Amino acid sequence: MEQKVIMAGFGGQGIMAIGKLLAYAGMLENRNVTWMPSYGPEMRGGTANCAVVVSDDEVGSPLISRDGTAAIVMNLPSMTKFEKELVTGGKLIINKSLIDAKPTRTDIDAYYVNANELAMELGNAKVANMVMLGAYLELAKTIETESVLQAFVKVFGEEKSHLVPLNKEALIKGAEAVKA
Amino acid sequence: MSKVLMKGNEAVGAAAIKAGCKYFFGYPITPSSEIPEYMSKALPEAGGVFLQAESEVAAINMVYGAGGAGARVMTASSSPGISLKQEGITYIAGAEVPCVIVNMMRGGPGLGSIQPGQADYFQSTRGGGNGDYRTLCYAPSSIQEIVDLVILGFDKADYYRNPVLIVADGMIGQMMEAVEFKDPAPIDLPEKDWATTGTGGKRQPNVVNSLFLQAEELQAHNDRLEKKYKLIEENEVLYEAYGLEEAEVVLVAYGTTSRIVKTAMKQAEAKGIKVGIIRPITLWPFPHDVFKTIGNNAKGILTVEMSAGQMIDDVKIAVEGRLPVYFNGTQGGMVPTPASVLADIEKIAGGTK
Repeated sequence: MEQKVIMAGFGGQGIMAIGKLLAYAGMLENRNVTWMPSYGPEMRGGTANCAVVVSDDEVGSPLISRDGTAAIVMNLPSMTKFEKELVTGGKLIINKSLIDAKPTRTDIDAYYVNANELAMELGNAKVANMVMLGAYLELAKTIETESVLQAFVKVFGEEKSHLVPLNKEALIKGAEAVKA
Repeated sequence: MSKVLMKGNEAVGAAAIKAGCKYFFGYPITPSSEIPEYMSKALPEAGGVFLQAESEVAAINMVYGAGGAGARVMTASSSPGISLKQEGITYIAGAEVPCVIVNMMRGGPGLGSIQPGQADYFQSTRGGGNGDYRTLCYAPSSIQEIVDLVILGFDKADYYRNPVLIVADGMIGQMMEAVEFKDPAPIDLPEKDWATTGTGGKRQPNVVNSLFLQAEELQAHNDRLEKKYKLIEENEVLYEAYGLEEAEVVLVAYGTTSRIVKTAMKQAEAKGIKVGIIRPITLWPFPHDVFKTIGNNAKGILTVEMSAGQMIDDVKIAVEGRLPVYFNGTQGGMVPTPASVLADIEKIAGGTK
């Protein structure tokens, strides 16, 4: 098993955070993981992206170059930039709230999630990223939701543990949005 | 201790503290700035001193001073910053002062780029400063390995009274992986009876210096250094190698590129090509001897670097002309793709190159 996931969006959408959560959750499930952020000039344009690899084997390249198994895109520039990095049959999870377009590729599976609206239904626009992560978890079926919630406390600290129930609901909303 | 997910740069700081590092002097630079950032918080908490120097030159001379007083001390920077430190490094090597210096390499020359690079191989292994000196140089390829080598590096620096370089790149500095901080195996280290710790009026002052005005004295000093370097060459070579006996193509890469090469290796093996790998973990001393174990099936060697071709010189020295040595390299902060390495493997295995 090897999952190579790109996460991308505007700075402030919580892209790096969901990447860290996925990587940490993978580690808690005893898999090999890498989390690689964009840094430097890329970051300064206001877009953020990271690559997460979760594998049963040693992870080779932590970068994703045309071999991504999934991508979570939170805005249009991210979809335009990263759809080409997916393998045939790769999963593209699109934030429909902000992306009013379809991918150009037809050999990948696209999933549309109204992440911002679903987050607002939970009363907190900030959890749109978690809605998207929930959709990914449901589609990839490799990492348990419970591991992500355990990781949440590890990554953000005990003082944020009161936010776990809200984030759990967001993950569930995302999963429901892509359930067949 | 259980595993934690850490950024390479932060892991360097945590490992140094674990190794008993009490002083850090540095000046921030992308992509290694998280090392001083981490140390500024964690080192005082561990009873040490963090100081942001006014420049890299000042920082390395503070390292010289602290190391000369017998303390465990570290500095860290990235390529152009490491260039600025070269004067200090040759003084430190000449005066035989232990310290650990971390270089998270970026694209060069000059200010270059802030993306990953491996173009400081010559500087790291041939000495970026003046004079006949060598620095033990470790090149980790994962966050776990950088932790283990930083901890080992402090011991080796003390053992040999020599600066130790840890060279990685922006990718390893910025990447997060799972790490475990194991208790290092204790090693017997000699008392630092040479350090300038104050005489207490009970002994002659110790002098830490790299100046020998009498040619005969300097020759004798150099002879002694050479003996030490010989000892390091005999005892400290580290590498990872496998598949050499059957290999049609042998890949040579270190650090970040070795990970990319391993991905390509799996793809080549799926196509039925037998591939071996040599991953130097010490760049100096270089693992020359392992090249002698390459089997008779080998058609060629492929060296992969994020440079215009620097380690390839050592590979050619090690191969002694027995096999053709090919090169795959990227520069400027570009990272080679497994696909380009696979294409080269296929060419070499097919004999069409």
